[in-house]
Amino acid sequence: MISLTSPVETAAHRWSAGPKLALLCGATVVLFAVGSTVWQLVFLMLTAFLYLLPGRVFALSGARRLWGLWPFVALILLWHAVTRDLSGGALIVFRMLTAVALANLVTMTTRLSDMMGVVRWLLMPLARLGFPARRVEMALALVIRFTPVLADKGKMLMLAWRARSPKRPGWRILIPFAVLAIDDAEHVAEALRARGGL
Amino acid sequence: MERNVALIAVFAALIAALGLMPNLMLASGVPITAQSLGVMLCGTVLGAKRGALAVLLFVALVALGLPLLAGGRGGLGVFASPTAGFIIGFPIAAFAAGVVMEQTRQLPVGLAAGIAAALGGILVLYILGVSGFMLVLNKSLVEALVILIWYIPGDLIKAALAGFITAGLARARPASVLSRR
Repeated sequence: MISLTSPVETAAHRWSAGPKLALLCGATVVLFAVGSTVWQLVFLMLTAFLYLLPGRVFALSGARRLWGLWPFVALILLWHAVTRDLSGGALIVFRMLTAVALANLVTMTTRLSDMMGVVRWLLMPLARLGFPARRVEMALALVIRFTPVLADKGKMLMLAWRARSPKRPGWRILIPFAVLAIDDAEHVAEALRARGGL
Repeated sequence: MERNVALIAVFAALIAALGLMPNLMLASGVPITAQSLGVMLCGTVLGAKRGALAVLLFVALVALGLPLLAGGRGGLGVFASPTAGFIIGFPIAAFAAGVVMEQTRQLPVGLAAGIAAALGGILVLYILGVSGFMLVLNKSLVEALVILIWYIPGDLIKAALAGFITAGLARARPASVLSRR
């Protein structure tokens, strides 16, 4: 499974994840507290500048990730054009784009292993209170492994469907799909027990 | 214990896999993104606590930066977008569906699961989703509802499917439908 971390190595890749996440929280609070369209535009420009620092490839892949927001941008601008409050609409759009872009920036510059480190750090005090932190880590690893396996099984089921029917696969495929998933879980549980359990 | 952890992990992966598979077609040709169906199934099959844990695991991996949402989306940006309320509401929706499922043992599994999926996966999820939408886009309740209400018919179909699928699983693998054990 490939995470959304950018392959373009930036200086921020070497910073530890905790401070980056804290900065992101602070920045988001500020974004939602400031009610001036001009300032929101300044924040958006600053964020765009941050994306441009590591170069063109990084900025383009960042822009591509923001592209999914276009229906919301169109909707808000249209709405506020009708209600004759375009400046209010611009404020919302700028704030949304900056907030999402900053959060994406943290994801793009932080490796999955560093993020897992933060989770481990957050779970540490809970582990002392008897919270099963190791089981959580095990479960996270299992999901990462199970996802592509299940997706492949789903594709095989669809191929089998197509071999027998001229119609496109329908929802009925989901029952055998879920049965396969449950059987996988039972096998893995047995294997875990056989190796000494959790 | 191993069995619970494995089932929780597999159902989290099931939500992710449903997002990776091409859209399934209903008889009328309406495509459905099956991911929220996966959230409903977590509640109706695994029950309140385990279902919520499975969905929480999925949401945590999205936050950590894995592209598990439909269309390969993921990362922290999702939690600042207008649909953040829905993602954050997923575990709570699964929990609510599980609670309804556990409280309706006298009903047939399929019917109970359909009702549970509708109450958890639509009513509870939309309360949180609409709130998030209002917050991020600075819209009033009525404005947010006008925009989002069009998705409800599709979600009602998914709740019915969750009922059929849970009933199918209760026949095929009764021991694994933890919400009814």
